[in-house]
Amino acid sequence: MKINKNIAINEKGLLFNPSTGESFTVNQIGILIIKLLREEKPISKISELITEEYEVDDITVEKDILDFGYLLRNHNIIEKDA
Amino acid sequence: MPKKIITIAVSGLNNVDSPGPGVSVIRGLREAESFDVKIIGLSYENLEPAIYMHDLIDKTYQIPYPQSGTEKLLERLKYINEKENLQIIIPNFDSELYSFMKLEPSLNKFGIKLFLPTYEQFEERHKMNLPKFGKKYGIKTPKSEVLNSFSDFYKIMDDFEYPILIKGKWYDAYVAYTVEQASNYYNKISAKWGLPVIVQQFVNGTEYNVTGLGDGKGNTISAVPIRKLFITDKGKGWAGISLEEPRLIELTNKFISQTKWRGGFELELIKDKENDYYMIEINPRIPAWVYLAIGAGQNIPEALVNLALGNKVSPYKNYKVGKIFIRYSMDMIIDKEEFEMFSINGES
Repeated sequence: MKINKNIAINEKGLLFNPSTGESFTVNQIGILIIKLLREEKPISKISELITEEYEVDDITVEKDILDFGYLLRNHNIIEKDA
Repeated sequence: MPKKIITIAVSGLNNVDSPGPGVSVIRGLREAESFDVKIIGLSYENLEPAIYMHDLIDKTYQIPYPQSGTEKLLERLKYINEKENLQIIIPNFDSELYSFMKLEPSLNKFGIKLFLPTYEQFEERHKMNLPKFGKKYGIKTPKSEVLNSFSDFYKIMDDFEYPILIKGKWYDAYVAYTVEQASNYYNKISAKWGLPVIVQQFVNGTEYNVTGLGDGKGNTISAVPIRKLFITDKGKGWAGISLEEPRLIELTNKFISQTKWRGGFELELIKDKENDYYMIEINPRIPAWVYLAIGAGQNIPEALVNLALGNKVSPYKNYKVGKIFIRYSMDMIIDKEEFEMFSINGES
């Protein structure tokens, strides 16, 4: 999953897609996942970092990241073919 | 050093829920860096609000409706010119453009400049000719048919999948989900705007718009893409945001370079689920939301005036992304005497 280059996100989690003019808000975990995706970390690594931080098992985290990724793809936040 | 004052006549002064572009154009001209202006309003009705906006307009004259013919319009413009010594006219309504294009040589003789599309450009991009236009220039357009009579209506209805759009020659568009709805809209539109009526395949997706300016030689002087954030029940944008969308800029450059478009314009496009853009309409004049482009850094009315005067105009290279316009309406209080004077004298 690769975040589109022109996507802007601030520290409060306000995300702006300048190609479509759409704005979204994401929570702290959302901000973290987007930050790690920007750094081109694989999903397994992102899952590992989140399970270290929060009391949750890695299978649930990976599933949630994939669901989140699906949502991001639907809103053109991540590249369609990535 | 004081800037040169240019006398510019502007139409499209109505500002109802389907607003004319006049007020936004004038605001751009008032903010121009390269000149100062004296603004002469051209109105059709005595309740067009900009007539009474004296901070924007110096004087307004009533002009005859396009149906009255170009001779009457020319006569009136001659009178206005004798009083005001006009240098430029910016007509802002689709329905009046043809008359002004026809009168351009005569107005040029009086020393009045216009910067309008050519007759060929105006006709070619017309919604009646849009599929042909798209084919010629390699731009995707939805399937559409032109209906010149009600008997044509049933002949072509099986060729479309619902929903479809029923559009008037100049204004109005309705989405029809059944043949009965389509037939009602056909009657409504033909009664209001006359024939032909256009049937267009409805493309499901998000609408995007671009306003811009072509120099008539194939160069893009300005192009600002936006998405409307709030659309009224009349389909008019009441809020919008400027976008960074290189594909829309490319498409605009292609449109301008291939047609050698002269003047301001608005492209209306739909992006479908496959992320393909379909051109649904090309409006041959500056749109009412142009003040967003001005606010984003591209003063289209100013550049248009400079082009009309034959000045060298450098293309705008940048604009601010994420600028938002939010339209509002406001009640003005005017004296009835002023309203009466304008109604009686046709000028104020």
